[in-house]
This record gives sequence, C-alpha cells and structure tokens, in this order.
Amino acid sequence: MTPTLLPQPATHTAGHHDTPLTPDWAEIVAITPEADGIATLWLKFTDPQVEQQYHFQPGQFNMLYVPGVGEAAISMSSDPDDERRLVGHTVRFVGNVTRAIGRLKIGDQLGVRGPFGTAWPMKTVEGRDLVVACGGIGLPPLRPALYHVVRNRERYGKVTLLYGARTSKDLLYPGEYEAWRKADITVEATVDRGDEHWDGRVGVVPMWFYNFRLDPRNTIVLTCGPEIMIRFVIYEALARRVPTDRIYVSLERNMKCGQGSCGHCQMGPYFVCKDGPVFPFSALAKYINVEEY
Amino acid sequence: MLDTTLNLGSRVVLPKPEFDLLLADLRQSGYQTVGPRLQDESIVYSGIDSLADLPRGVTTEQAPGKFRLMRTDRERYFDFIPGAQSWKQFLFPPRLKLFSASKEKRWELDRSDDACPRYALVGVRGCELAAIEIQDKAFLRDDFEDPTYRARREGLFIIAINCLQPAGTCFCASLGTGPRVERNFDLCLTELDDAFLVEIGSDLGRSLMAGRNFELASAFVQNTADQALARAAGQMGRTLDTSDLPDLLTHSANLDARHWDEVARRCLSCGNCTQVCPTCFCWDVTDTVNLTATTTVRERVWDSCFNPYFSYQAGGNTRPTIRSRYRQWLSHKFGTWVQQYGSLGCTGCGRCITWCPAGIDHVAEIAALREEVKE
Repeated sequence: MTPTLLPQPATHTAGHHDTPLTPDWAEIVAITPEADGIATLWLKFTDPQVEQQYHFQPGQFNMLYVPGVGEAAISMSSDPDDERRLVGHTVRFVGNVTRAIGRLKIGDQLGVRGPFGTAWPMKTVEGRDLVVACGGIGLPPLRPALYHVVRNRERYGKVTLLYGARTSKDLLYPGEYEAWRKADITVEATVDRGDEHWDGRVGVVPMWFYNFRLDPRNTIVLTCGPEIMIRFVIYEALARRVPTDRIYVSLERNMKCGQGSCGHCQMGPYFVCKDGPVFPFSALAKYINVEEY
Repeated sequence: MLDTTLNLGSRVVLPKPEFDLLLADLRQSGYQTVGPRLQDESIVYSGIDSLADLPRGVTTEQAPGKFRLMRTDRERYFDFIPGAQSWKQFLFPPRLKLFSASKEKRWELDRSDDACPRYALVGVRGCELAAIEIQDKAFLRDDFEDPTYRARREGLFIIAINCLQPAGTCFCASLGTGPRVERNFDLCLTELDDAFLVEIGSDLGRSLMAGRNFELASAFVQNTADQALARAAGQMGRTLDTSDLPDLLTHSANLDARHWDEVARRCLSCGNCTQVCPTCFCWDVTDTVNLTATTTVRERVWDSCFNPYFSYQAGGNTRPTIRSRYRQWLSHKFGTWVQQYGSLGCTGCGRCITWCPAGIDHVAEIAALREEVKE
C-alpha cells in the first residue's frame, strides 16, 4: 500500500511587510540648532496614513534609521499634541548613527520605527507636586512632559524644573524657560562651570535639593540625565523621604529593536526598551549599586 | 487494517529501510529534510536524503573544551551527541535579510518577501525540543512576534530521537528536558538495531505513518527501549542542582561575588557559548552598502552578550569587562530568564561546556558560586 502523502503545504512567506523591523519614511522639515553638536530634527511622515495614526506619549522613543548606517534610539522631545503633527527629536551627534543624522539636511529622509517604551506617568501623578530633575541631554525626553503640564496645568501641584548643563552655552531650550515660568513652572537652571555669559547658579543638579523644600508626602520626582547625576538625584530624593515608587527614572541602553527582542538593552529581568525606559525607582533599587549590570 | 490502530501516542516498529521512504515522502510533500551529517570532524545539521547520509557507527566523546568523534562497534545512526550546531539556525537564521533600500532621488524600501523554507528536522533531541520551546517564548510573545520565526516554526515537521548515549557534558536529566522526548513532536524515534520504535506525536505524524510497512511494538521491544532510556538518564555526565535557581543568580548580593572575578580570569569572552547555545536569542542588525552609499541591504545577524560592543553606546559601555559580560550571560540563563519567560534559559545540552575553548564548566561555576555565597 502506498503511504498517503501529506497535504501539500501552502507556500509560506514571512510577511516582511509586517516585519516589526521595517521603518516608515519621514522627511526632515526643519532643523533647530540647540547647542554645540545638538539639534532638534522635525520629522513629517511621508505616508499620510502613518502620520495620522502616529501618536506618542511623553518619555517614549523612536528608532531613527539612516539608510546604510543604522538605527539609534532617540526620545521624542516635542509636544505630543503638536498641531502640525510634526515629531521632534533632539539629537546629540556623538555616535556612529547620530553623527550621520547630524549630516542630514532639510528635505532628507529618515526611517522611523516607533513609538516604543514606557512613558512618564503623567496620569498617575496628577494632583502631585512634580520635581523634574535633569542634566544635559536628559531634558529632551522630559520636554514633552513639560508641554503636557503646560497644557493641563490645573491637574498638577507645584512644578519645578531643575536643569543643569556643563556651561551656559550647553543649556537646551533657553528660549522656552520664560513660557514655562509663565505657566507657573519654577525653572531653575544651573551650570557646572560659570563664565562671563552666566550670572545664575553654578553647581550640579543634585545640589539643588539642599536649597529646595519639598513635601515628601506629595512629591513626584522625574529624572533623566547622566547616570552619575541620576544616582545622586535619587539619593537626595530618598534623603528627603520621597518614596521609591514616586521617583521615576529614564534609563539609556544600547538598543537595536525597541521591542524586547534583540537582547541588547537588558538590565536584570528588564528589557529597558519595552519595560522602560521610564521606570519607577522601586523597580531598579535592587540593581542600582551592582556595578556594570 | 493496521492503520486504524495508529493513535497519538501509538508506538510501532518501522524497519530502517522503510524510514528512507518516509524521508522521500516528506520531500515530495515540500519539506527540506535536514539532519545530522559528518563534516570537518564534527557533526553538523544540513540536508539529508536518506539514512546513508547520517553518521553511522559513530559516537562522540565530550568534555569541557573537547569534542571527538569515535567509532563504535554498533552500526547505529544516533549513537552520537550533537556537535556545535543546533536547530536554532533553521528557525532563527544566523543571517536574515530584512529589506533592501536604494536611492535615486528618494530612498525606497524593497520589502520583497522571500519564500520561507519548510523543514523536516530529523533527529531532534529532548534538550533540543526544549530549546525550541524556550525560543518560542522569546520570538512569539503576546506583545511581540517575529513573523519570520512564526512562518518557519509553523512549517516544521519534527522527527525527534530519544537519546540513549549521553555525553560527558550532558545534564538534561537535571533540567527535566531529556533524555526521553515527552512532547511537541510529530514522530519520535527510539533506535533499535534494525528498526526504529516510532511514537506518533501528532495528526500530521500519524498521516505520514499511515499505510507504511510497520509492525506493532511488542511489550518486549517497548520494555527494551524504556530500559535503554532509563539507563541513559542515569549516565548523565553532569548534574546541576537547580533547587536554588533562579534566586542564586538574581539575588543582587551574589552579583558581587568574588567568583565572578575568578571566572573572568579564564573566560576569553569569545562568545562561543552563545553561538552554540540553542536558546540564546540576541541579535544585531547590519547595513551593507555599495560604494556610493545609494543601495543598502539590512540584515539581522546573531549577536552575543560577550561581544565587547554589545552594550556600547555613546554614553559609555554598560559592560566593559569580561567579568560583567560573563555574569550577564550566566545570570540571564539561570536567573533573570525565569523572570522574563517563566523557565530557565538552559536545557542541559552541554554545548557551552563542550565548545568553550577555555574549558569553562558552567555547571561547576554555579556550584562554586553557591559555595562562596553560602559562607
């Protein structure tokens, strides 16, 4: 007896169209120089349907692709409710991909995948005082949160931005501080090194906490910046008895996918790209002192 | 009719020449039949047409940093323990084209879909099946799915094999993944001298077996196979105590143990363990461009957490030392993997031990770490 043949399999194709690693094209419609080696790129999606559907929350990031070079994970720094539907990324041109981004001009294309990752908990923290503590290129991922506060100012208590940069020339978005102050946000800028252009405060961000009265029962800390700054902001917040689950941290790691698949961004049990980048410190406390983890 | 007696779980005896007909029928049904072959003094997984392509009468001697083929006096096909390759390469290819892009005035993506091959895997061990299950959890999550993996995975026909001759670096019995194959196969073989004892594991497997020239398995044959399997379970080269896992490798105090420094002096950070591991899933993406940078091919390639650039970013390298990279790998496999996917990331296949050029025995390293932190 002849054995029965198996049913002929249908041709299996991997629908690359559905491949989560394929970017959408966007065009650079404007470039705002922000500081030495830092600029904001304003992107408009080429496909109107993608543009319509795309929406991000403060703190999330995109994977930006320079064809032939590669991708970099960059947080959105613009207003999530931007009427022009433009998506802004403030980029420091320091790595392979970001230096290539820095060579692009208005009208050039970038591939975009996203948005990825967790957001600042803007809903959960309504009714609380906010301390936004950031340094250097750590302000851009927090700027969408500030825009959200400005748009919904009545939902939050006292809001303070503590922002530090190396020198006054490195401070990002100085033209916006006035608008934020008008929206009743206390904006305190500090620099590591003073110069003739600066008559403000000199010192690092965590030192600001010394001069700063906060209500530990009602304060939320949102922090992003160099790891050493984050570490000391956390120490200062804890010293003032802010509970660990009310301190939110945005972490930076090498990322290739944005979806918890490539493995690069792992920190302990977390994939920083999908379980973060924004974490409550209570989730990180175990690991903060483990070296090179 | 004999056919009607075939049910899921049925065990029948199929003479070896009949197995070649089965392979031919699989190919005629559109499957690429792949299995173990001798190559470069090792055993690789690649295309096979018949049993004649398999390493007959060969066994392997395996120890930390050691893999040798040896002749046996039995003329069996599956007396060896696999080499460096695992089936991972067929589901999660080492190099996979994602898309190409080209630019005249504007960049355009070419997402042309390549047909996915359909594989019939011949000779999948219990530990290797467990590895596929583990990778399923990584590539087919609720919130993220790799379409290439799914297409390849769903197209698989799996012919498993019960291991009767464990190697010196095997410890599947400690992890409950072998040597007996329990589930997730279409057909499962136990090798006898002139025939295979074949267990039916799926409807697809049943329809492939229907009408073949098999005999029902006598109680004697079944007992013989079961005894051989029980004997194999008792011949594991290594034993891993899993009673305190994953805690031993997730407890943050243990991450600062002195033992990590000690291993780091021996580990070369070459990444062999990750390349031979059937569960390691990390990948990178590369662009290959032409000289004018107007066309590019973007590919997904295997990566390794031992690669010094694995965690590199402009702000600094998260794991710049061998100590931190080895700790990441071991504490992921036997620790944080459980938090991520609900199981250990190890199946006890022993490849990482066999293929470590420094002969690092990870089972022993875990035991040493346990000793140190007990103090």
